[in-house]
Amino acid sequence: MKILVAIKQVPARDSGLQIDGATGRIRESDLSFEINEPDAYALEAGLQLKEKHGGEVVAVSLGPARAAQTIREALAKGADRAIHIEQEDMWALDTLGAARLLAAAIRPEGPDLLLTGLQSDDLGAGQTGVVLAELLGLPHATIIMQVKVLAQDIRVKRELEDGWFQHVEMPLPAVLAVQSGISKLRYATLMGIKKAKTKQVRRLTAGELGGVPPRQAEMARVYPPERTKQTRLIEGDAKTAAAKLVEKLRFEARAL
Amino acid sequence: MSVLVILEQRGGAWNRMSFEALAAGQRIASELGLPCQAAAVGPLAAELASKALAQVWQVEHEALAAYTADGYTAAFEALIRTVNPQVVFLPHTYQVRDFAPKLATRFGQTLASDVTRHRVENGELILVRQLFQGKMNADLRFTGGGIRFASIQAGAYRADAVADGAAPVETFRPEIPAGAIRTRPQEPFRESAEAVDLSAAERIVAVGRGIKEKDNLALVRELAVALGAELAASRPICDNGWLPMERQVGSSGQTVSPKLYVAVGVSGAIQHLVGMKSSKTIVAINKDPDAPIFEVADYGIVGDLFEVVPALTEEVRKAKQ
Repeated sequence: MKILVAIKQVPARDSGLQIDGATGRIRESDLSFEINEPDAYALEAGLQLKEKHGGEVVAVSLGPARAAQTIREALAKGADRAIHIEQEDMWALDTLGAARLLAAAIRPEGPDLLLTGLQSDDLGAGQTGVVLAELLGLPHATIIMQVKVLAQDIRVKRELEDGWFQHVEMPLPAVLAVQSGISKLRYATLMGIKKAKTKQVRRLTAGELGGVPPRQAEMARVYPPERTKQTRLIEGDAKTAAAKLVEKLRFEARAL
Repeated sequence: MSVLVILEQRGGAWNRMSFEALAAGQRIASELGLPCQAAAVGPLAAELASKALAQVWQVEHEALAAYTADGYTAAFEALIRTVNPQVVFLPHTYQVRDFAPKLATRFGQTLASDVTRHRVENGELILVRQLFQGKMNADLRFTGGGIRFASIQAGAYRADAVADGAAPVETFRPEIPAGAIRTRPQEPFRESAEAVDLSAAERIVAVGRGIKEKDNLALVRELAVALGAELAASRPICDNGWLPMERQVGSSGQTVSPKLYVAVGVSGAIQHLVGMKSSKTIVAINKDPDAPIFEVADYGIVGDLFEVVPALTEEVRKAKQ
């Protein structure tokens, strides 16, 4: 089974974000980056399927040169090889444009299964998997909790709203957007890290994939949200703040 | 030209977010000076005849009996080609997330997903969406021409703002070629009967990633007991199996609006906020002053929860003596 997993590098969780005055975008110089957490679960699902059914796992990432680090980590965890579409200015792409570049790199690979995370922790559009399915002409399902490979088809468990689930069957090849938290993530082993250095990473540019697609939508301005609610911050050491809060909850909010 | 709102029903009942999207659609249509139309699959659409709409489309096809992304995309593609609207709005539900990106792609468009606000500037529609889990906003402009597609975040517009009126209802029968639907969905099911109904709780203490380890939950449990509150959690805590899934608050868990909601170590990702932001009084305890949970909190303590929570438990006990 040939499994492709689309992974994205995003700013680390809990990053303090600042707007760069010159570009109007997020200032990157003081950030550290990591794999988008939902994509880590997609990668894990891919690696587990390979362990069970054989084949190969190929990580595909669209991002600046710095994304090479995240790709290395995916290889260290067990991906067999990788494709890096190097694109410095990610803001030049909208969701459809990014998916078009990914699709152009994925199409010649002819995967049996293409996995993505459900959404990215940075832009959070939550669309890449579904758009890729449409561009590649493949069936898809989202919010995947389990994947079972049948003789010809796959059977997946989807999460619906309000605690409901559903099984869906579909033929391969197919695209699945994987829900976070469905299994325990593995760590890279020392051996894995060593091996990763010898694994193949194919570098592509947007130019080799038909060029940067024109945007249908652009982020005209990025800015911190205005507070809609006035939060009353309670100061002091833990004990003082706790006492003040209880006072307010009792006599101001009448919530106790 | 018009604004078209696609509403969602499941098993003959409306998804309540449908009416929030309808409220957004009616308001934006009026600001753009366009008529507003609405569409839904199945006979429930006829209920929209009592809303202020230029046209209601009842989409009918036997292949739409069970939801599939292929079927819904084919059906709404056909409707949109007939109606030729300027903007299409949908509620940002799990179902919409499953097919709307495909639908927009079919028109060569990028879907503006999870939209929280809008404004019209010189006749141009600008949509606001959140980035970085709510830490940043972005103003989105459509630059490509053609039909615009957007999905509306839960709670962003008020369902009770939907304007009533009288609307003609027309049945639309799309062509869905045999073989167009490649997936075989089976009956939805529930894993276990929900033992805890958090929506009935007067007070809730919710715990998030900040708690770090399962063993630390005892701290928060003690606070909940002192307050007479139910214990709840954000998604990652339930994903880790530290608390059962039925104690999860948010878009994939329960929606609650208790008298008091104490969020401990919860950063406040959008998916969590939509499940609790209508609580009467919200308290947030978090070490990160920029955490989005402070966007909705009435009272906040910026500090180490491992110091603040035991102190708070102590003070609550004292107050109750």
